[in-house]
Amino acid sequence: MTGVLHPMAWWVWALGLALATTRTEDPWSVGLIVVAAVAVVFSRRDASPWARAFPAYLVLGAVIVMVRVVFHVLVGIKTGQPIILALPRLPLPQWAGGIQLLGPISVPGLLGAAFTGLQLAALIICMGAANALANPKRALRSLPAALHQLGTAVVIAVTLAPQLVGSWRRVHRARSLRGQHSRGPRAVLAPTIPVLQDALDRVLVLAASMDSRGYARSMPGKSSRVVLPLMLAALFGTILGTYALLDGTAPRWLGLPLLAVSAAVAVAGFILASRRIRQTRYRPDPWRTQESLVAAAGIAAAALVMVAAGLGGRLVVGVPVLGLLLPLLVAAIAAMPAVLAPRPER
Amino acid sequence: MIRFDGVTFTYPDAPGPALGPLTLRIPEGELCLVVGPTGSGKSTLLQLVNGLAPHFTGGLLQGTVTVFGRETRLNRPRDLADLIGVVGQDPAAGFVTDTVDEELAYGMEQLGLPAAVMRTRVEDIVDLLGLEPLRGRALADLSGGEQQRVALGAVMTSHPRVLVLDEPTSALDPTAAEEVLAAISRLVQDVGMTVLLAEHRLERVAQFADSAIRIHSDGTATHGPTAQVLAGSPITPPVIELGRLLGWDPLPLSVRDARRQAETLRARLHESTAPSPPTPASTAGVVLTARALRVRHGSIQALDAVDLSLRAGEVVAVMGRNGSGKSSLLWALQGTGRRAGGTVRLAMPDGPEPTGQRQTGLIPVRAFAAFRAFRRVGEPTSAGTTDGAVDPATLQADAARRQIALVPQSPADLLYLDTVAAECAESDRQGALVSGTTAVVLGRLAPGIPVDRHPRDLSEGQRLALVLAIQSASCPRILLLDEPTRGLDYATKRRVTDEVQALAAGGGSVLLSSHDVEFVAGVADRVIVLAHGQVVADGPALELLSASPSFAPQVAKILRPVPLLTVDAVRRALLVAR
Repeated sequence: MTGVLHPMAWWVWALGLALATTRTEDPWSVGLIVVAAVAVVFSRRDASPWARAFPAYLVLGAVIVMVRVVFHVLVGIKTGQPIILALPRLPLPQWAGGIQLLGPISVPGLLGAAFTGLQLAALIICMGAANALANPKRALRSLPAALHQLGTAVVIAVTLAPQLVGSWRRVHRARSLRGQHSRGPRAVLAPTIPVLQDALDRVLVLAASMDSRGYARSMPGKSSRVVLPLMLAALFGTILGTYALLDGTAPRWLGLPLLAVSAAVAVAGFILASRRIRQTRYRPDPWRTQESLVAAAGIAAAALVMVAAGLGGRLVVGVPVLGLLLPLLVAAIAAMPAVLAPRPER
Repeated sequence: MIRFDGVTFTYPDAPGPALGPLTLRIPEGELCLVVGPTGSGKSTLLQLVNGLAPHFTGGLLQGTVTVFGRETRLNRPRDLADLIGVVGQDPAAGFVTDTVDEELAYGMEQLGLPAAVMRTRVEDIVDLLGLEPLRGRALADLSGGEQQRVALGAVMTSHPRVLVLDEPTSALDPTAAEEVLAAISRLVQDVGMTVLLAEHRLERVAQFADSAIRIHSDGTATHGPTAQVLAGSPITPPVIELGRLLGWDPLPLSVRDARRQAETLRARLHESTAPSPPTPASTAGVVLTARALRVRHGSIQALDAVDLSLRAGEVVAVMGRNGSGKSSLLWALQGTGRRAGGTVRLAMPDGPEPTGQRQTGLIPVRAFAAFRAFRRVGEPTSAGTTDGAVDPATLQADAARRQIALVPQSPADLLYLDTVAAECAESDRQGALVSGTTAVVLGRLAPGIPVDRHPRDLSEGQRLALVLAIQSASCPRILLLDEPTRGLDYATKRRVTDEVQALAAGGGSVLLSSHDVEFVAGVADRVIVLAHGQVVADGPALELLSASPSFAPQVAKILRPVPLLTVDAVRRALLVAR
């Protein structure tokens, strides 16, 4: 499979971008990074269902920004000047904890709400970009074998989602053959029954197929009896350790040391569990220069934003042009994979 | 070697065992056929072999199933993956990866084989099954037969010693089925695989089988040489039925055997059927005409300028390879499927039905459709013209169902209520019928169907019968059936045939699509062959089916040049000859 980038390269790139959007206070930067991510997706995605699903993430992002703004207008804490819309305050009763409905809308308040919405939307769009560019089934193979339960779930979910859309269309079309339906909630819910039944049937067929083809089979002779107690011990230790860390009255030795020991036990459990399952790869995805470059673009974008944030305003105050140029530079680096990555076969 | 020792299997919450008690022994290198009516437990038997039952399905297994010394009770299906390969009825649903190469290697990756071994084995299997042209292709783009062959290859790379196949050819057209069967017989002959195979269309596989297991309705089974088991079975391919009718001994299993025994029969029939009068050209009126019908799915031209007319009282079968546009044709004629061009006219002798834009799809889609309708105002419209003919697409859904009803390929899509009785009542209400009409039709199609059962828990045949009853209860003038015999046993097929012929005798017209040549031979007056969205042949069933090598039913192959298609036709001809 030439012309396909290692899925991990796309994930590193997308996580870098996501990190960059959370570490900047500058809406201009966040907006440009989103534009860069969208540009890369549209120039380098293939015709797979998950790539075609990318616009759904964009819609979700827009919805998040809108919801955030609407909430600000309805119940947000209103401060700042100038005021653009002087809505009346509607105080709620005492038991509502002093929340005020509506109130005067100010420009900074509105922009602030839109920005926090944008940051969350950017995070989701970056994750969506990784999903659209990296085939989730291939990405999954890079995970340790011990996570095979997760693997089954993801393969089934990824296969199922486009099929659900397909069978919904089919059922909807078929139902129009029967003519008028009864009214009421039952008629609205009716198509979901065959669709879900179809989905369940397919899930079972796929899971049975994976099972009978040896997915997650364990090596003979290596017992799994140790793994479960190890994992349970690690989980219990983590809970206790976190509690001790947060509760100041707990003995000192119960905090960090216990957490560290639990982590070590968990890692041991993982290794043991992975040893029980031996999988090989027919044609492993190669890691070439292109993969390194794409991953580097994401890391560089994140690093640049974090360095600029660490320097605070000093950089910007000294050279005013840099305040405008830096976001552009970050976005340009983030958009590099649109040129660096191989063109997909359509 | 596969051994069943006193095996009884009971599904959870089931009142009694689904199978058993069974004691069987299938020796190495044998191709064993599993036969039985729909819902008799064929799939359960196959699942028992690799432990999917009970490890995956749940349930209670008594007795032991041993495959080459490994007991399924102690080994999960995944632990038997190196020993048993399983291919299901719908291979596409079982694909785990996206491309042919990845799928071929998937099983070996799970076994942890070194990369070098994997590469050699992939090459071997590609050569053995002739998959070279498919390499590197996306699994979703393959045709049904290609998918089935890739699925076979994908389990073969793990070098299993047993192959379990659940209806490998039931969804395939005759040509694709031949390809898959050739691949299977190659594996049996050259590799010496032990194969356990369940199939409804015995005419396709009986000749390859060394032995057969017949599952009885009480869950027990008989196992023996194929001819012997099938001889006593009510479920037999036409070749055996013919042999039984004529008292041949031994019973023939293949067309070749039967043809050698049929020499005198051919001579006898040749005299009596030679002056067979051509089927009188139906004088009844044309009820449906389509002119230059086009359908597009994205960039694919599914139907390309199809002309077609349907007369009252006629049963027409549409045949053709998978993906040749059969379903598109039925949906486009019915009017729910979107057309890219052409006209469909439905004669309306009883005056106009209420017309109106049929509402389908999401609201934006509807708005778009309305916009397009608005743009077409200048064009001539077919609705409500002077001769009383209308385009079915302009009829309201209720009216359309009374005129032209469609039973889709997956009939369960139409069902959404809790019980069979509720579905029947809903159908009576929708069709403004006398209460109980649908239930009566259903009783004729599938006698003894429990009315309080959830439609989901019905067998495939019963579900089809229910939908067929719902769609035909209001006596539509035209009934369209999309692949009505998928997964049905011979008895159910016969009842579908009877119902279709009763409808035609009452003056209705039936247009059905099918891969099943034996079913078409028994039911259709006329056959239309589609290829790449175009009509390549249109003529009397007798003429077309006996002429084509791939669409000829077994009886026609045995008796050629005597133009008879079914055992029933032979029986009638023999009565005349006497």
